[in-house]
Amino acid sequence: MIELDEKDRAILQALKADGGLNAGEVGKMVGLTQPAVWRRIRRLQEGGVILSRRVRLNRVALGFEVVVYLGVKLAAKGRASLEDFERAVCAIPEVQLVQHVLGVYDYRLKVVARDLSDFERILRRRIMTLPGVGEVESNVMLSEIG
Amino acid sequence: MQVDDIDRRILRHLQADGNQTMAELATEAGLSSGACWRRVEKLEASGVIMGREVVLDYRAMGYAVEVFLRITLDKTQSNAFNEFTKAARQIPEVGGIQTLLGRVDIRMDVRARDLAHYQEIYKARILALPHISDIEALMLISEVKNTEALPL
Repeated sequence: MIELDEKDRAILQALKADGGLNAGEVGKMVGLTQPAVWRRIRRLQEGGVILSRRVRLNRVALGFEVVVYLGVKLAAKGRASLEDFERAVCAIPEVQLVQHVLGVYDYRLKVVARDLSDFERILRRRIMTLPGVGEVESNVMLSEIG
Repeated sequence: MQVDDIDRRILRHLQADGNQTMAELATEAGLSSGACWRRVEKLEASGVIMGREVVLDYRAMGYAVEVFLRITLDKTQSNAFNEFTKAARQIPEVGGIQTLLGRVDIRMDVRARDLAHYQEIYKARILALPHISDIEALMLISEVKNTEALPL
């Protein structure tokens, strides 16, 4: 964990709103010179706060209309190891997020699909056949508020 | 816009590594850098590429606790959704609010420095939100996979 000051937080805020900004543009927003911002960004990267930059694609324009959050309970603990489940679920390309959680479910997944029948195919053929999978609950995302 | 196989190839490489230069991207996609640049430009102009985002590790910033709340609202109250989400957005530790179709109505993330801090947010801010009929909490143990990449 690294210590963050107000300027670091302002830089992160600016980059969170638009990850495409360069150090000079961020500097104008937070009142620092370009080299100063560049040094701080490098420190944030080395400290593991900024993990990476990635491209943001419009999933609907690319034909992925449906996002579903799944809660997964593992059945008969011990029969299949967590590693087997995790390896298999991470290999499914439509699964974007796999989180091991504590609570009513063991795992939380985010799945993208072209439409509901595509989702049904993924659910039946890929998710329900995972090693050790038990109860699965699906919640279709209607909107993202931020 | 119509996205063809070459566009998809570019997008796949961009998704795999967002830090490439245009020349590197062109080589990987098997295009001249001029042709690659024109296609990326077109994908950006048409909004297929919406921009870049940074991926942050909140644990490295001292937020050790992340809890996903799954909330059922009292739907007999008209305007329950709007009033709830409006109030929830005011809480700085709350992020990623989504409305859902399923057993629960809303899900959102809460990030806290530690469990005591979480309990403070939960008691003082979350439970004070309007129109809640039930809350379920999942606490993050570990993130096994996190990608925004689409299966193009």
